[in-house]
Amino acid sequence: MSDSATVIIERDAPPARPARRLSFSWAGLVPFFLFSAMFLGLPLAFLAIGSIADNKTGAPTLANYGALTTPSVATAFRNSIEVSLVTAIVGGIFGFLLAVAVILGRLPRILRSALMTFSGVASNFAGIPLALAFTYALSFQGIVTLLLKGFGINLYASGFTIFSKLGIEIVYLYFQFPLMVLIIAPAIDGLKPEWREAAENMGATGFQYWRRIALPILTPTLLGSMILLFGNSFGAQATAYQLTAGQVSLVPLAIGNQISGDVLHNVGLGYAMAMGMVAVMGISIVGYTLLQRRSERWLR
Amino acid sequence: MSGGGPAIGSRAPGALESVANSSVAADRPRRSWGAPWAWIIFLIGVLYFTVPLIATFIISMRAKPLFAGYTNSFADSRFLSSLTYSFVIGLITVVLSIALVVPTAYWVRLRAPRLRPFVEFVTLLPFVIPPVVLVFGLIRAYSRPPLPFTNTDIGSSALLVFAYIVLSLPYMYRSVDSGLRAIDIRTLTEAAQSMGAGWFTILVRIILPNLRVALLSGAFLSLAIVIGEFTMAVYLARPAFGPYLALLGANRTYEPAAVSLISFGVTWLAMIAIALIGRGSRTRIQVGGAH
Repeated sequence: MSDSATVIIERDAPPARPARRLSFSWAGLVPFFLFSAMFLGLPLAFLAIGSIADNKTGAPTLANYGALTTPSVATAFRNSIEVSLVTAIVGGIFGFLLAVAVILGRLPRILRSALMTFSGVASNFAGIPLALAFTYALSFQGIVTLLLKGFGINLYASGFTIFSKLGIEIVYLYFQFPLMVLIIAPAIDGLKPEWREAAENMGATGFQYWRRIALPILTPTLLGSMILLFGNSFGAQATAYQLTAGQVSLVPLAIGNQISGDVLHNVGLGYAMAMGMVAVMGISIVGYTLLQRRSERWLR
Repeated sequence: MSGGGPAIGSRAPGALESVANSSVAADRPRRSWGAPWAWIIFLIGVLYFTVPLIATFIISMRAKPLFAGYTNSFADSRFLSSLTYSFVIGLITVVLSIALVVPTAYWVRLRAPRLRPFVEFVTLLPFVIPPVVLVFGLIRAYSRPPLPFTNTDIGSSALLVFAYIVLSLPYMYRSVDSGLRAIDIRTLTEAAQSMGAGWFTILVRIILPNLRVALLSGAFLSLAIVIGEFTMAVYLARPAFGPYLALLGANRTYEPAAVSLISFGVTWLAMIAIALIGRGSRTRIQVGGAH
């Protein structure tokens, strides 16, 4: 309180007004904070409290977090992290190359705007329709599977199935690439042509320019974007739900099952899983923010 | 292309492209056709993106008679009712979200800049809390007194709307905030106040019209997300489009292909609308990333 009053005096507010102004500056945000408290804070508080409460007595305990090492739960976390890592790295690299191709590859300009609009669509095209589309393409009787069989390549003979972890990764990439394109494009635009000219004046080859100048400048952005992709994949639920029908154990699916009924036979463990998921997401967002801040040193 | 030597230090718009062209293109004869490696990467991308859609299209056309996959879908009353339900929920979400976000972002810029980091933090929380976790918490918190939302149909739908507002918060807030940055709200507000306008008049008649682009793009993005959303709708047992499509996918062959394509088309329309609205505007529009 006294802090705010000091600031207002520093701003030379008319002496009659400080009190009113002070109350107003809070009042305008009351609806927002009320809404956030009710529909973000309270649900989260319920999960947090439930995760440290004993199922029977309600006494504080850390047993629920200890139970996260239960094989089925640990597998879900391991699978989720693996799928997210793979799709973040592969999606990140290919999305980056795609963005470089349309921005610096001297392709017709229209391809660039087409890719950008399409990326907007594809990064939002997830869930049930996406899972269905890949089922039509790559399931046992899928169009692509049959087409490849016509060429003598039998996908399913080698044990591949779209309803597996690898399948989930292939499908998730469909929204991971485009998201990467959207995030990384401004950074690639920010590479100044002067840097390239300066490098070339000193006799650098294209490879040396990328290796010594462009990539080091882009590295924080690249890493940060990949972390964002990681979180994007880690939180995805609907696509995997439709695709695998629960055959592959992932954290969001396990939480979903826990909502429908206490399938873990341990209410507190369900809450602990949810909190674990929030923790992983939180870490990835913090990492993204820190790297983003660092990348602003060079890029605008 | 600039005629003479490379324009070092030139900041003119378009300088990036022209200079990049002139510096790289010297050793490549077919510069107007682009680099081969760029084409290869681009075509791999096109292939990966289009094959699932083409497969879906082929399956949807296999129904006999032709287009039966589409006509059957339209004839199914639950198709229209679920799409309508999701659309109405989406509209309510957009309206309430604007009503919540615009005054907040306006107030933060004008009167409470010290609270900005905190407000921004809250608007980013939905990125940290995945939909499945949020709906888990909402159901646990609001299935008992004093606020038993989930006990009635209308209550569950209201809870769904609130959940979707939370989901759209990051996009809406960023969109509106960058829209506000582009206009001089302090001068506008003072001008309006000196003519005797109250806060409500200022917001509705001065600020909102100036935020058209930001609001419309935020609205279309939210709509695109909400209409196909599955996770929250299914656990709140709502008759929405996402759960309907999931059920259809489990029980039918051709119809879900047709409906998937339609839903893809709806997302396309929303994004094209955003691109058209955003054209020529200084507001930076963020799209992407909510599953």
